[in-house]
Amino acid sequence: MATVISRRKFMVRSTVAGAGLLVGLRFSGPMLLSQESEKAKKKSPVNPFDAYIHVKPDGKISLIVAKSEMGQGIKTGLAMILAEEADVDFNAVSVEQAETRPDIYEHMGTGGSGSTMENFMPLRRAGATVRELMITAAAQKWNVPKTECDAKKGLVRHTKSSRQTRYGELVEAASKLPLPDPDKVPLKNESEFELIGHATPRVDIPSKVNGSAGFGLDVRVPDMLFAVVARCPTFGGKPAHFEASKAKAAPGVRDVFEIPALGKDMYTAGGIVVVADSTWAAMKGRDALQIEWDRGPAASESSASLRESLRAAASRPGKRIRNDGNVDEALPSSAKRVEAVYEFPHLAHATMEPMNITVHARDNEAEVWAPTQSPDWVQRTVAKLLDLPPQKVIVHTTLLGGGFGRRYMADYPAEATQIAKVVGKPVQLVWSREDDMTHDFYRPAACHRMRGAVNQAGHPLLWSHTITSTSIGAFWGAPDKLEESEVGGAKQMPYAIPNVRLEYAAVPSSVPPLWWRSVEHSFNGFAVECFIDELAAGAGKDPVEFRRGLLVKPANWKPKDEDDPDPSRLRGVLDIAAEKAGWGKPLPKGKGRGIASYHSFGSYIAEAAEVTVSGKDFKIDRIVAAIDCGQVVNPESVRAQAESAIIYGLSAALKNEITIKDGAVEQSNFDGYDPIRIDEAPPIEVHLLKSKEDPGGMGEPALPPAAPAVANAIFAASGKRLRRLPFQLKT
Amino acid sequence: MAPIQLLINNSPHEVEVAPDTPLLWVLRDKLNMTGTKYGCGMGLCGACTVHLDGQAVRSCQTAVSSVGSKKITTIEGLSTDNSHPLQKAWIAEQVPQCGYCQPGQLMSAAALLAKTPRPSDQQIDSAMGGNLCRCGMYQRIRRAIHRAAGEGA
Repeated sequence: MATVISRRKFMVRSTVAGAGLLVGLRFSGPMLLSQESEKAKKKSPVNPFDAYIHVKPDGKISLIVAKSEMGQGIKTGLAMILAEEADVDFNAVSVEQAETRPDIYEHMGTGGSGSTMENFMPLRRAGATVRELMITAAAQKWNVPKTECDAKKGLVRHTKSSRQTRYGELVEAASKLPLPDPDKVPLKNESEFELIGHATPRVDIPSKVNGSAGFGLDVRVPDMLFAVVARCPTFGGKPAHFEASKAKAAPGVRDVFEIPALGKDMYTAGGIVVVADSTWAAMKGRDALQIEWDRGPAASESSASLRESLRAAASRPGKRIRNDGNVDEALPSSAKRVEAVYEFPHLAHATMEPMNITVHARDNEAEVWAPTQSPDWVQRTVAKLLDLPPQKVIVHTTLLGGGFGRRYMADYPAEATQIAKVVGKPVQLVWSREDDMTHDFYRPAACHRMRGAVNQAGHPLLWSHTITSTSIGAFWGAPDKLEESEVGGAKQMPYAIPNVRLEYAAVPSSVPPLWWRSVEHSFNGFAVECFIDELAAGAGKDPVEFRRGLLVKPANWKPKDEDDPDPSRLRGVLDIAAEKAGWGKPLPKGKGRGIASYHSFGSYIAEAAEVTVSGKDFKIDRIVAAIDCGQVVNPESVRAQAESAIIYGLSAALKNEITIKDGAVEQSNFDGYDPIRIDEAPPIEVHLLKSKEDPGGMGEPALPPAAPAVANAIFAASGKRLRRLPFQLKT
Repeated sequence: MAPIQLLINNSPHEVEVAPDTPLLWVLRDKLNMTGTKYGCGMGLCGACTVHLDGQAVRSCQTAVSSVGSKKITTIEGLSTDNSHPLQKAWIAEQVPQCGYCQPGQLMSAAALLAKTPRPSDQQIDSAMGGNLCRCGMYQRIRRAIHRAAGEGA
């Protein structure tokens, strides 16, 4: 016997009182849907509750998590929230990966730093509901008033009669009770938290230190084969002719065939597939293919020509996104003008585990093992290509060897399905590192033109920002929303300046773009936080004092949109980062400090960098981060995510770029695209601010401030402004 | 294809593969020992690191025919119950995020500590510089190596 509770069930049980239909079984989605009232459907929450809670007679609780674990520690964090409010030991909660059932879980995608934000309150309410039901069941059993009972650590107690009983013993009775209104169950006061806000070891770590953790590439099923694909090096190219006899004769090769490129919503390159008994045999077979490519319509694209197009577009008017005051008004002759152009290359995600997936297409059904951030999209994609209803496609989400946005895409699942359809056996599609780097979906290339002015007193008069990039919206085929994934953070530029304008223009490119950790904030954070630093220098003011003076929160302040930062929280992290970094204390010649303070994904993060510049070289001596991400769930995970995002951002600032020549990516492995290594990684100090605000995200927001903090520190140390990434310090 | 004898984690194995097959793929695809990871295939990332007679090598660059009688140790041979001091230190410092590179990191660290029981930061840099971690957990890796060294790995 067991109780299963979900947000949906709260609704069902509150409308079908006492039905007890969910006891002892995992309910099926369609049944629930048919029983759900119209009112409940309309009440469908913005942040969907997407976990099951399964209280077992032994008192253990299973939490079924419909989010992907890619290193962010989400399984631990969500279990902590549940255990806190259910009032059970953390160790009493086990976490299971959800089946791919969008009919039940609604929103299975893991991205936008959203998993904690989405689940915090629903899981608190769910946990509190468990506790409430247990208390009610015990009170009825003992025939005492509920108010005389209390629950703690998986036990319900009646102090007056010195009786107590375990949750497990109450499960059967509790499961027959009507559910309380989830919006009214008593929640703990933050001061009572024993788990939330307290460092808790991650549940996924033990398996990650002995090789037993199962990533996508580790899937092994009986009779499986392995496949690789030879794709045209250029985007949009295809095979003109191919000769497969040598490949077919290679040891272990089972089959060689062509698959076509799939269009919108699939975004695969197509190419020549080699299927073999082992990954190595497939790779060797691919080496033996002779292919003549039709390099397609984009064969002449280059990063050099794209850079010119971006620069040209940035000097023309674009689509007006924000316009406060009038930036065109004549400036007083005494005003000091400041101008800058910032340039950003394409970037690859380069997850440590290259793209891969295992698909078994059987008669009338399919089974998939996917390292994915979007199992429901995988399911829809596979179903569509096999002409099956989605519920006939079983998708198992494995651990992900890094995601960073790349594993949201359903291209590799589509490709593997094309192959599985032909092969008929379970087949693991393996992308080599070269495949992964040359056929990624890249962080857009961009150019930002900034114009500003300060008056004689050092007050800024205007801020004009033109963004041009290879729009993600254009790639999705949304001509009216080209700026949608490009202007965040620039639109909400937080400094109090009377005349502000933001414009956007998309520049066409055949290089497929996608969300890359922190998306547009990766370049908008740089532009905003470097240019405010340039304005401070123009005003002859200290960069921290200058920012502080412009982070003004009016008495009647209200956010303009959900991404609009609270100036006082931004100033709060700025102050702490400055203080902890020893801002203002003298440094030896050649050293400098820089700062950047930025809001994204609901969190406020300031980072101070200290660097040493010597000739053409510079070294980052340390990074100090101050974080206000609202209510912290697991401080250990928040720190780790900050360290991770900072290093990821610094890899892009210091070293990485994807360049295109003759329509193809020039970098193919970690020699040409080499992320930061241990000897280059600066020490990172993380300071967490105490906050009772709603949790913000932490997967991404520590990334945007890292590069501008370093660029600003290099300016402080050397007087040189670095305006093009990756940095090159020329003497 | 003559059978090839291998001694892996003190157990004898016999495989029939082309002699130029990298040890990595023998472990992963023939023996289903998937703890050793594929990351780059060029010896650039270190995810495939194993020991041959205690020396850290990149298994993606090691033809199976070149192994001979050398003892192979993989992540599964470090310990399966997380009792190795480095595994304990990795847990104590909460090192892994996605975790994909960690078998290789641990094998490089184990080879380092076997030769240099109390490594300096510089020695850690030079021994671990071939192991990429895209989640950037480098300062935790450094701390964990020092911790294990302090506890006599």
